[in-house]
Amino acid sequence: MRTILYLIQKELLQILRNKTMLPIIFIVPIIQLLVLVHAATLEMKKIDMYIVDKDLSSTSRGIVQKFESSPFYYVNHHSFSIQDAENELKKGNIDIILHIPFGFESELVKGNNPGLQLLIDAINGTAAGLIQSYTQAVLADYNREIMLKWASPGMKEKPLSIEITRSFWYNPELNYKTYMVPGILVLLVTLIGMILTSLNLVREKELGTAEQINVTPIRKYHFITGKLFPFWIIALFELAFGLFIGKLIFDIPIVGSLGLLFLFAAVYLFAILGVGLFISTLASTQQQVMFINFFFMLLFILMSGLFTPVETMPDFAQVINIANPMAYFMRVNRMILLKGSGFYDVLPEFISVSIYALIVLSLAVWRYRKTV
Amino acid sequence: MTLNITDINKSFEGLQALTDITFSVKEGELFGLIGPDGSGKTTLFRIITTLLLPDRGEVNLFGINVLENYKKIRQLVGYMAGRFSLYHDLTVEENLKFYATVFGTTIEKNYDLIKDVYCQIEPFKTRKAGKLSGGMKQKLALSCALIHKPKLLVLDEPTTGVDAVSRMEFWEMLKRLQKRGITILVSTSYMDEASLCDRVGLIQKGNLLSVNKPEKIITEYQKELLSVSSDNLYKLVNDLRSEKNTHSAFLFGQSVHLTRKDQNITAEQVVKYLQHNGHENIRVKVIKPGIEDCFMDLMNEEDEVLLSG
Repeated sequence: MRTILYLIQKELLQILRNKTMLPIIFIVPIIQLLVLVHAATLEMKKIDMYIVDKDLSSTSRGIVQKFESSPFYYVNHHSFSIQDAENELKKGNIDIILHIPFGFESELVKGNNPGLQLLIDAINGTAAGLIQSYTQAVLADYNREIMLKWASPGMKEKPLSIEITRSFWYNPELNYKTYMVPGILVLLVTLIGMILTSLNLVREKELGTAEQINVTPIRKYHFITGKLFPFWIIALFELAFGLFIGKLIFDIPIVGSLGLLFLFAAVYLFAILGVGLFISTLASTQQQVMFINFFFMLLFILMSGLFTPVETMPDFAQVINIANPMAYFMRVNRMILLKGSGFYDVLPEFISVSIYALIVLSLAVWRYRKTV
Repeated sequence: MTLNITDINKSFEGLQALTDITFSVKEGELFGLIGPDGSGKTTLFRIITTLLLPDRGEVNLFGINVLENYKKIRQLVGYMAGRFSLYHDLTVEENLKFYATVFGTTIEKNYDLIKDVYCQIEPFKTRKAGKLSGGMKQKLALSCALIHKPKLLVLDEPTTGVDAVSRMEFWEMLKRLQKRGITILVSTSYMDEASLCDRVGLIQKGNLLSVNKPEKIITEYQKELLSVSSDNLYKLVNDLRSEKNTHSAFLFGQSVHLTRKDQNITAEQVVKYLQHNGHENIRVKVIKPGIEDCFMDLMNEEDEVLLSG
């Protein structure tokens, strides 16, 4: 026990003395939160719209006016040629074309259900989906208006229609920052746990100090505990620090129990430290370890659901995610912070991550050898 | 016997690094392992210090099998690796304290043993180890290897890259440690350091050529040695080597050490041959062989055996 404590003390001393480590611990979380939170905007600010109004009736003008007065749309182009409009779309200058065919109003008056055409640039699928639903909402709104207006004064009853009211649970204003901050906290904790640990272990190999340690009677598990524990503490501290910054700058909601969050993070970190230790056994220089880390981090991050929801990924990707520790914590972190999920709600993830930690840690410890 | 090494073989991916190494080190002895770079010295030391497993063979230290009881061995052996492998970002004192703690002891308990070495770097004890000079690093590494009072000290090329004065100082320190009853196994690629050991083993290409006392190695040297010099040393070596009666010709400082295949060839005949080749200021004299001459000769013979075999 005394040896472990001394090893931890020595490790912390080295970390605090390291001139690049301290900025990584304190500045990286702030910058990542400030910058990355804006990486995936899920609201539309300025939709460039091209209007091809071949009808030029009062109804079609009404529709155009509706879009022109909306703060989300920027209607800058008008013409009668659908060809010109499509060219602009191909050049990427506009996001959407609204095509009102000739005779729209007269068909409407006759009660023939005339059609409108929307052409949307779907290079960015998420954005296209959003534009489509925004635009449809505007059109539906207008539809209701004219139905009310045209209803004959003699008619007693209102036309039948289904009123849809919406309420976005857990994030009523669809504030994407609320969604992103918990995700980035997961990223941060993983970064510290995995990269710093594996770098630190390989550094000992590279400098030859690992060999000097190997001729001492230090036991393997003493050494590994002494190496992993400081980073476990630092990563948990990082989570607290990140939450503080997130609350201070973005005022993210913290609905659930912080105790539960940290308990989960503590177990999650065992898995991540295990991955870090395992990576360190694969490499003998810091350069190699950086590349291996890069490979794993990219996979973990992009598959984790940080930017795009896991549920929209194909089935095989969701299966791969069973082996992605970040995906579990990403889900749980948002569940606890935004939804206020309790212990029993996150129990499945809790069990999965515990098993994950057990497997990875034992594998890594088995692979880590004192003899070279 | 303190250390018994029997029949050690080790190969790395088909490359034979050590072949049938067998020798013993007596208690309290200063044993030197001499050989050029890549001869297998470090590999052998890594096997002795439990860092590497041999393919075949046995190592016994104080009657304990190193391969089976490696945990016991680690308390008994102090190892100083060829490369400086202490923590650069810890101070001199912190490094020493770290290794003391790891071995379950304290600096105070064994201060007496390391005092002789450590007192020279103690004024710099708050300096980071990475900022020390080469000689001071060496002393710190030696202090750390000694801190747990080992019975056997294994030093892998401790004087490589150290200036001549520090080298002599270092050997004097080793001699003093030896007097305190510590058995020392040291490797070096400097042949002149061989005469400072009690016994030396000569290793080349993973083969142990001979183990003997340095003075014995010299007395066993059979051939007569000539020291030859002239104005043009480079041409001199080449001319001597191209003569078919030359057994070996090596450059030693300002002269060439020459051995002949036929001992009947006199110094005068050599002078004549050289004059014929246009050399001036020729001097030839019979000299007593040094330890380096013996090693060069032994290695030369081994090479011939290897080539013909």
